[in-house]
Amino acid sequence: MALAKQATGIESHKTETRQRGKDVPIASLILGGLSFLAMMVSLWMIFLYAPTDAVQGDAQRIFYFHVPMAWVGMLSFVVLTVAGIVYLWKGDERWDWLARAAAEVGVVFLTLALVLGSIWGKTTWGTWWTWDPKLTTTLLLWFMYIAYIMLRNYMGRTPTSARSGAVLAIIGVIDVPIIYESVNWWRTLHPPAQVGVAGALPPSVVLTLMVSLVTFTLLYSFLMVQLYQLERLQTLAHRLRAIVEE
Amino acid sequence: MTTTRIFINQTIAILWKDIRCELRSKQTWMGMGLFALLVLVIFNFAFDLRVDNKAAVAPGALWVSFVFASMLGLGRTIAAEREKGSLDRLLLCPVDRKAIYLAKLLGNLLFIGGVEIVALPVFAALFDVPLVVASLLPIVLFGTLGVAAIGTLCSAMAAATRARELLLPILVFPLIVPVVIAAVRLTGDLMAPSANEPPWLGLMIAFDVIFLSASMLTFEYVIEE
Amino acid sequence: MSGPYLEITALKKSYGLKPVLRNVNLVIQRGERMALLGANGAGKTTLLRIVAGLTRPNAGTARIDGLDCVRDAQQVRSLVGFVAHQPYLYEELTAWENLLFFGRMYSVAHAEKRARKLLQQVGLARRMHERVATFSRGQVQRLSWARALVHTPPLLLLDEPETGLDTEGTQLIEALWTEHTAQGGTSLFTTHQQERALALSDCVVTLKDGKIAKV
Repeated sequence: MALAKQATGIESHKTETRQRGKDVPIASLILGGLSFLAMMVSLWMIFLYAPTDAVQGDAQRIFYFHVPMAWVGMLSFVVLTVAGIVYLWKGDERWDWLARAAAEVGVVFLTLALVLGSIWGKTTWGTWWTWDPKLTTTLLLWFMYIAYIMLRNYMGRTPTSARSGAVLAIIGVIDVPIIYESVNWWRTLHPPAQVGVAGALPPSVVLTLMVSLVTFTLLYSFLMVQLYQLERLQTLAHRLRAIVEE
Repeated sequence: MTTTRIFINQTIAILWKDIRCELRSKQTWMGMGLFALLVLVIFNFAFDLRVDNKAAVAPGALWVSFVFASMLGLGRTIAAEREKGSLDRLLLCPVDRKAIYLAKLLGNLLFIGGVEIVALPVFAALFDVPLVVASLLPIVLFGTLGVAAIGTLCSAMAAATRARELLLPILVFPLIVPVVIAAVRLTGDLMAPSANEPPWLGLMIAFDVIFLSASMLTFEYVIEE
Repeated sequence: MSGPYLEITALKKSYGLKPVLRNVNLVIQRGERMALLGANGAGKTTLLRIVAGLTRPNAGTARIDGLDCVRDAQQVRSLVGFVAHQPYLYEELTAWENLLFFGRMYSVAHAEKRARKLLQQVGLARRMHERVATFSRGQVQRLSWARALVHTPPLLLLDEPETGLDTEGTQLIEALWTEHTAQGGTSLFTTHQQERALALSDCVVTLKDGKIAKV
């Protein structure tokens, strides 16, 4: 009998989700379509439009992937933190879904950024890694992502878990500039190899980079919508299981 | 009694209670001290120190040893909160959650500080470096404070999970990088002074102030249900 | 002097999608003793925890003497004494030290005098300097009562308060409880046994399917 009464609760919830679900495919479709188009344009620009670098050759084109991915990776952490702060303020779990989605998408982009950066470094400057401030801070940000994801996984899907995650992200975000400065001070004592692109960039390069940034941001938004939905469904499934198991 | 007096009173009461419980349960505080010493000794062998590279390696060895000892010390707070509902005993009382944080922080500082007091003379002896206590003290103090401020907050988070001892360093290490860099540079500078050093002590103190405040203010979100 | 002391309005609490309290409405008058019956897992403990300020409800309010349990949580905590399933005591400390500690946490005036008196009233004066880890279940329960009363709270929340007590223990506790009510205190307690509920209370309600039903 208890189960039957709860089943009523589930049914009324079901109509809710069906209505909410209607808006999502449209957003998904639009973002997906835009991302695809933008990616096509971007790929053309990166490989055909942008000039070949005099010094680095074609390997320099990694730059057009590496920079936007790093940008998205960092943007996602900010999204994660802001969602966490709003969650602490309002208690609405949907903001927590957003935070979790941002963590998963962000870590993937940041991982790729680090890997691509490493490859680029190897082909151009001969080392897989160097402890320059930008790279080091990016690596530590990556560790913070991992820490966040591990914490959330271990703590489960409870409000305490969501709050702890938000606090961790806040502390992390405050720390990032401090980390950057301290590594910067540290490295000025042992000047590293110049990483990144030195000197003024020709306009075609800048244009390609900008387009690439837009493309990856669109792709990011598309993936965020997907993962947000996934979080939502996972939470619902988790709860249904809890009801059935009792 | 004014709110501040009550706050201080409660903080001291919790601290005193923690110390008493700790001493009576005969937990790992001896193990921690031994651990710090062992790490120092291992560094000695690992780096095969000769006179010329000592100054370069010794500060790092010292602070790695301190950081790992801190992890063990913070882990003991976690062990104490193992049973579910044990923090409820405190949450039930009309005590400001910031006071709980402060009491836990002070307890952790005392613990880690105790280990450091033992480790420092041994460090000086093993690495044959002059121990300039007066200048070393603020470095050790502010450095440990930074690690403990973050660590106390993170141990409250990790305590609620199964893999507590594994999760704690993962949470803490990325966050304490500025403190570790500053502490190692400052210690190294004491042993082999160099010119044009950035204001590391200032950075460490700023770090401590920022994260002590941030942790104190966000602690209640982590421990309340 | 009478009037509503504890007012619970439209209280809802879910753990995930699993609703525990659906729409709890309850009023307890000042000086009244209310018994809360209900099956295991019906949500009795959850209700008490919300009033004690240990958990937040998803919706609805709980007011003690006009103060909101969520917004005025710190003030509310001074008004409540909670005897729960867990004793909320420190095993490594002695009975005396436990009471003094909680006395300090509640800013109790003349804490030592109060602790001494309570220990006598619960029959633990002889064991006051022994660690709680060495106590029997009944002694722990009695000390838990003492802890709950150390700050003389106007409202007592009791979750099956007589578990683990022998005859002597039950007598001592009932004397304490009577004293509390005589001084104008209000209590809300849970129990399994209907006869005890009727005997010890002024009013009995049941918690079923997350709602209150009068018996």
